[in-house]
Amino acid sequence: MPYFLAYEQFNDLITALTALGYRCLGPQVEDGSIVFDDLSDATQLPWGMRDQQKPGYYRLQKSELNEAFAWANGPQAIKPLLFKPKESLWRVERDEKGAFTFKETLPEHKPIALIGARACDLAAMAIQDKTLLQGQYVDPHYRWHREHLLVIAVNCSYSGGNCFCVSTQTGPKATSGYDLALTEVQNGFVVEIGSDKGLSLIESLHCVEASATKTAQAEERSNHAANMQTKRMPKDNSRALRDILMNNLDHPRWQEVAERCLSCGNCTAVCPTCFCHHQTEYPTVDGNGSVHAREWDSCFTEGHSAIHGQVVRDTTEKRYKQWLTHKLGTWWDQFDTSGCVGCGRCVTWCPVGIDLTEEMAAIAGEFNTKEKTS
Amino acid sequence: MNAIDTPVNTKIVARSEEASDIFTLTLQFTEDQKQGYTFFPGQFNMLYLFGVGEVPISILSHGDGDTLYAHTIRRVGRVTQGMSLLQVGDHIGLRGPFGRGWPLPLAQGKDVLIITGGLGCAPSVSIIHHILKHRVAFGRLFILQGVKHSDDLIFQKQYQQWAALPNVQVALAADSSKPNWPGHTGLITELLEQINLDINNTLCMMCGPEGMMRASVQRLTQLNFPEDAIYLSLERNMECAVGHCGHCQFGGDFICKEGPVFPYPQVKALLNKKGF
Repeated sequence: MPYFLAYEQFNDLITALTALGYRCLGPQVEDGSIVFDDLSDATQLPWGMRDQQKPGYYRLQKSELNEAFAWANGPQAIKPLLFKPKESLWRVERDEKGAFTFKETLPEHKPIALIGARACDLAAMAIQDKTLLQGQYVDPHYRWHREHLLVIAVNCSYSGGNCFCVSTQTGPKATSGYDLALTEVQNGFVVEIGSDKGLSLIESLHCVEASATKTAQAEERSNHAANMQTKRMPKDNSRALRDILMNNLDHPRWQEVAERCLSCGNCTAVCPTCFCHHQTEYPTVDGNGSVHAREWDSCFTEGHSAIHGQVVRDTTEKRYKQWLTHKLGTWWDQFDTSGCVGCGRCVTWCPVGIDLTEEMAAIAGEFNTKEKTS
Repeated sequence: MNAIDTPVNTKIVARSEEASDIFTLTLQFTEDQKQGYTFFPGQFNMLYLFGVGEVPISILSHGDGDTLYAHTIRRVGRVTQGMSLLQVGDHIGLRGPFGRGWPLPLAQGKDVLIITGGLGCAPSVSIIHHILKHRVAFGRLFILQGVKHSDDLIFQKQYQQWAALPNVQVALAADSSKPNWPGHTGLITELLEQINLDINNTLCMMCGPEGMMRASVQRLTQLNFPEDAIYLSLERNMECAVGHCGHCQFGGDFICKEGPVFPYPQVKALLNKKGF
């Protein structure tokens, strides 16, 4: 049975999380977009803000609704908290004989409670779990962050112009991966429980059960967000895209998109499932130690495919082809899923507004809007 | 005790110069770390130069019971330039072993054809060592090596030693050669005419530049050599060696994890496509 968390109780939630030792993060307006930052009071939330998103376009506007989560998403997902933009992997000390002692450097900080993750973000987290936790090798750093994260998802009641999670079957309502899932309704939130931790948290707040009216309202909100979406991924993001892409490696569209693409890597930076990273070294000034770290990389850089004097992907065409065939195609071979969750970030934050659904449609010979599906 | 996430300390116990830009470092684990390190021929280690970074390098040793691990390295980048300056007694960090090696169990009882080009011969040395150590388990051994110029040939002494062994045939090719070059002057694919292949009972393993491997596969298939009896070792940028950093992707495969050795049919579709 879902609970009801009134607006007035939102600060109790923050207080409870803080008392449990969590660093509390939530959505806030910064530099013209909605980002996750330290949250100590409900007034910091983006009340009344709504994002307008189009290919290559993101603007915030004040809406008539004075709600805290009446927006779709910002440039971040959960990814920067788990697979961090930069992370120390190990450090080495050199003794007077020149021998090395290596030591893994695991993170040391408070567990994080994230408020405001979207269904697409949770779907992306499940995909990154496959990449970094569920294969032959487990990434110890990702695992540490994952084990120290509590997720309070907020279901969307509005979809941005680039959202297509209905087509990718990853939203707009979160179905798993959260400790609590909130849906904003009149004067508060309908709360669904996703874990024991979430349950004890909500019990500690003495929330009442949500009335049938509130629950129906929450469902109506989710349906509204779903119905707003007009964009879709051809073949609804299914495995069929893999063969379509791999059988069309010489399609003229690759050349055409390469003429627009700046090879800047914005799409890979905002993509919540992209996992490429390079490793780099930070020697200490005394010359006797060094920290080995990783930093996000992008398949749109020259260095990504460089081997001794040769660059495998030396043109934008080859790089865009690598990104799209991997994201929508060979990801299936690797992780038995698409690498796309329909969040639309790569479309919004592309400086020239390249829309991957449109590129995929051109190659698949299908439309990328719901009005025209064939 | 294989080191996957964090390197362990090793010491350089031997160093040899193979060519002006190619050298071999033989590494030994320091006392506290040597137990239980095992690898298969064809696998590679990530070697770490202090304060600079790691590079993936194939292991040359035969794989069973070794305590010394030889790595032949070409001086091409920042890390390998620095490594080329190290001497016996210096230390190197090592993570590994990684990847899927040569299909030696499948080669049991069969002839083995090794086709290598350039420094591709280095990863194949471990197979040769292994086969020679377990000689009765394998049939004839053909070793074909191609180089751009006859001066580029490394391991010359070893080729001579191998050629003198029974049931081993060594054939060398150089695109261009100086006088008195004992090998063939021309393409490596032409060496296939010089050997008496039993196409139904041979396993082929190749390593080297992709153009050379494509040409060799093409010639072999013209000779009706079965595609599924051809294995090749591929190379891409590798930084993590565990399939997480994304650089070595080849379609749906991570070369560091699913490779570097692949059955030809698995990589056939993309081998001719530029950009993968």
